[in-house]
Amino acid sequence: MIIEHLGLKQINGALVVLDGVKGAAYNEMAELRLDDGSSRTGRVVQIDGDRVVIQVFEGTKGISLVNTRTRMTGRPIMLSLSPEIVGRIFDGLGRPADGLGEVFPQVRRDINGLPINPVSRVYPRNYINTGISTIDCLMTLIRGQKLPIFSGSGMKHNELAVQIVKQASISDGDNFAVVFAAMGVKNDVADYFRRSFERSNVTGKVVMFMNRANDPIIERIMTPKVALTAAEYLAFDLDYNVLVILTDMTSYAEALREFSSSKGEIPGRKGYPGYLYSDFASIYERAGIIEGKKGSVTQIPILTMPNDDITNPVPDLTGYITEGQIVLDRTLDSTGVYPPVSVLPSLSRLMKDGIGAGYTREDHSMLANQLFSAYARVQDARSLAGVIGEDELSDSDKLLLKYGAAFEARFVTQGANENRSIERTLDLGWELLSMLPREMLDRVDDETIEKYYRKS
Amino acid sequence: MTGNYKIHGVNGPVVTVSGKTALSMNEMVFVGEKRLLAEVIRVDEKKAIIQVYEETGGLRPGEPVEPTGAPMSIALGPGLLSGIFDGVANPLKVIAEKSGAFIPAGIQAESLGDKLWDVTLRVKKGDKVSPGQIFAECSETGAIVHKSMIPPDVSGVVESVKPDGSYTVNEVLCVVTDDRLNEHEIRLQHRWPIKKPRPVARRLSLTKPLVTGQRVVDTFFPIAKGGAAAIPGGFGTGKTMMQHQLAKWCDADIIIYIGCGERGNEMTNALAEFSELIDPKTGRPLMDRTVLIANTSNMPVAAREASIYTGITMAEYYRDMGYNVAMMADSTSRWAEAMREISGRLEEMPADEGFPAYLPSRLSEFYERAGCTENLNGTEGSVSVIGAVSPQGADFSEPVTQNTKRFTRCFWALDKSLAYARHYPAINWNDSYSEYVGDLSDWYSSEVGEDFMACRTELFSILAAETGLMEIVKLIGSDVLPDDQKLTIETARVIRVGFLQQNAFHKDDTYVEPLKQLKMMRVILYLHHKCRDIIARQIPISEILKKGLFDKLVQMKYDIPNTRLEKFDEYYRLIDASLSELS
Repeated sequence: MIIEHLGLKQINGALVVLDGVKGAAYNEMAELRLDDGSSRTGRVVQIDGDRVVIQVFEGTKGISLVNTRTRMTGRPIMLSLSPEIVGRIFDGLGRPADGLGEVFPQVRRDINGLPINPVSRVYPRNYINTGISTIDCLMTLIRGQKLPIFSGSGMKHNELAVQIVKQASISDGDNFAVVFAAMGVKNDVADYFRRSFERSNVTGKVVMFMNRANDPIIERIMTPKVALTAAEYLAFDLDYNVLVILTDMTSYAEALREFSSSKGEIPGRKGYPGYLYSDFASIYERAGIIEGKKGSVTQIPILTMPNDDITNPVPDLTGYITEGQIVLDRTLDSTGVYPPVSVLPSLSRLMKDGIGAGYTREDHSMLANQLFSAYARVQDARSLAGVIGEDELSDSDKLLLKYGAAFEARFVTQGANENRSIERTLDLGWELLSMLPREMLDRVDDETIEKYYRKS
Repeated sequence: MTGNYKIHGVNGPVVTVSGKTALSMNEMVFVGEKRLLAEVIRVDEKKAIIQVYEETGGLRPGEPVEPTGAPMSIALGPGLLSGIFDGVANPLKVIAEKSGAFIPAGIQAESLGDKLWDVTLRVKKGDKVSPGQIFAECSETGAIVHKSMIPPDVSGVVESVKPDGSYTVNEVLCVVTDDRLNEHEIRLQHRWPIKKPRPVARRLSLTKPLVTGQRVVDTFFPIAKGGAAAIPGGFGTGKTMMQHQLAKWCDADIIIYIGCGERGNEMTNALAEFSELIDPKTGRPLMDRTVLIANTSNMPVAAREASIYTGITMAEYYRDMGYNVAMMADSTSRWAEAMREISGRLEEMPADEGFPAYLPSRLSEFYERAGCTENLNGTEGSVSVIGAVSPQGADFSEPVTQNTKRFTRCFWALDKSLAYARHYPAINWNDSYSEYVGDLSDWYSSEVGEDFMACRTELFSILAAETGLMEIVKLIGSDVLPDDQKLTIETARVIRVGFLQQNAFHKDDTYVEPLKQLKMMRVILYLHHKCRDIIARQIPISEILKKGLFDKLVQMKYDIPNTRLEKFDEYYRLIDASLSELS
């Protein structure tokens, strides 16, 4: 028997309150039908006896206390899944948005997912060749990793993400799929991604979940969960190696903040809810590889740092959960360096076990270490030059400046379609290090120097 | 038992029961039809508030709340070592067998399993036994002998006892009758409430260091066995790496490693690595002396709050057997955030940055459970606690870092700029401190070398002088400095790169015993003193630098294997020979 509850008790932002509901379940899905025939979807977020609070994804515009009938569905929000979802476009809640009709479900999954048992995880070790020197050499992307791009408004993170998808797909072949989740991105940005995927012939392997900037804000809270449910299905049921792009996590966090404040919760830093860390974790931790399954979920979340501030709660908490970060730098970007990867603060935590002999090449780890440390000294020399002038620098500092410029021009910079092999990237690294005298290389042992270092 | 209650409201991990109840504070209860594990955290006339250790999605008002009459407790006994548990001591391996790769809500399993242990009894019929007394022993993992103890709240006369043999943890091995003629059944396991410290006879003063084989720790900022240390650092500064290094190499008998709200892949890695690595002391895999507690960031937040207590209770249990236990908690900030989250749901008045006002008292209660103790059974043991702190925005003035600083005496501040330059461990020598240095100096003098503390002090002062000089260098460059100051900068570089920086992935450098640390310091200082004398004779430092001695010393950590310390003599000869050409 279906019970419909007539009317509402209270409306507050995206939340509505109902009285007299018997036996509602926490987190269950509710359907709200308006008198004009339209319907909306909601979720139970608080229960106090027979009073329930429902979060309405499409917003409460047009809802009054008397024009709505609410029906409890008795189940959490489920996503319909089948192999046919590949190549389709959905809205932020997983409903088809490309006019091609409903998905005939093979399975239906709760979008909240369940935590992966650490015992059942496989520690990620296989690197993904992105063909981008800075990433492959210095912050290697590993299959099953979560590696976000920390960017700022106006920087080329979208281009970088597209290039990674394009070039990673080549090495993966048929088992490759992309799950793309847009949260509050502008229409033209969403369009850019769609067109780029088309042009590079990966469209047939992309599942898109679109919540554009003008779509309902609360729906955005569901979008990454929906997308990851699809990704887990593709990876662990259908054996795909899935690359998940989540953009923009900052918009997501803002939606969460809006929801939290309308619920009257005590805010933490910068008004974000105190559980932002746990909430982020429930998204990012859904990356990984499971024992006995062929597929994998790799995540590249993109976030724009408000005011380029890396200590803002969104990048800060993300960095604590993800396995490293690729940080983009505005100075590099404005001097025309593409990709504008800021080498020093960028990092891949899983890199140490996924590189070296048998994976990439035996000198990789020492080379990467040396490139980092040399570039750190370049920055010191630059700041000194800024004070006393370049002419006053010691010879070794002058050499460092030259090295730094060459490093940025030849190693960091590369074309948006340039796909460098790992050998090419590593050799390039040694070519550059050979500009420096042997004594300056303190992170490399003699044997490796003997083999790769060529004094110019 | 007063029968079941009914759920009234649900808000995240917090469930309420309305009306006046007989529930007691911190009582363990089961909530809902799925029997989710939960704890009572507030009781008043009108309602009881319960925090649920599992995902609450799907709970409905009217579902039962089943009291247990006992506080939140865990089972202690053989079978903990080499295991991996969640925050409330469910064995994750068993759960994976039961339910596959994902952890559903409402699943529980016995922590200790039903393995048969070869038990040797240590008491006879008629013996008087006191709390904590060891009554049986069995080999738990090959590396560690498990000493089963009379529970700390039981004493009396042994009424009956089983012969030596194979038993599970649930079989009654002896029966003890106390003064009031109550009979207590003693098994290999007993339960203990996680929020109650296990009693000890008395606390001892801390005189021995926890030797970690990490130079910057052992030499500069040592931690005592039974001490507490904090590792604060922003993301990417190497907290977890540091914790893993300490867990692998420190000279404790037992390691309890808690992944509290951290990454799943890291715990998988720890499990794999610790199972592969062979402990040099026992010749067995490290995992044989390790308990892993994995409550990853996406597992229920209330269980994350419990995981720290679960870990320290296990640590105290092994301490009571007379073992030195080291507990790593990564990260205590996530624990504090779990408290904040639950406090927020209870609508408590927040203090600093939304954290509850009781944050400092919870932190101090936890860190005070570390210590070196004489146990109830006369053995001596210790629990050392090393807590990672993840300050928001790498800002050390936030409440968790500041309060942790008050209750730990050892502070290893990780520095972003060191980490960016890939200087690991990225412990900043200016901001870090250890208050244990004074307590431990006798040990270093007698066990390592008379001059250990003197060398340490001199290294420190060279680094301090360098920090001052760098201020000048940053303004005018290093060329203008007089030669003796240039020497300070050169020596400081050797100390930073050749001594403090340590490569966790190098077979020799990953662990360095204190004696080698001392010998390294001696060589560095020998060169420093020699050069100082030469410079005093107006020979320019550029002549000395041409000899490449400083670079040679930077590399000595790789060039001298840990087993061939006599190679240090070659360095003295090299220094003498090279420098004699100058004078």
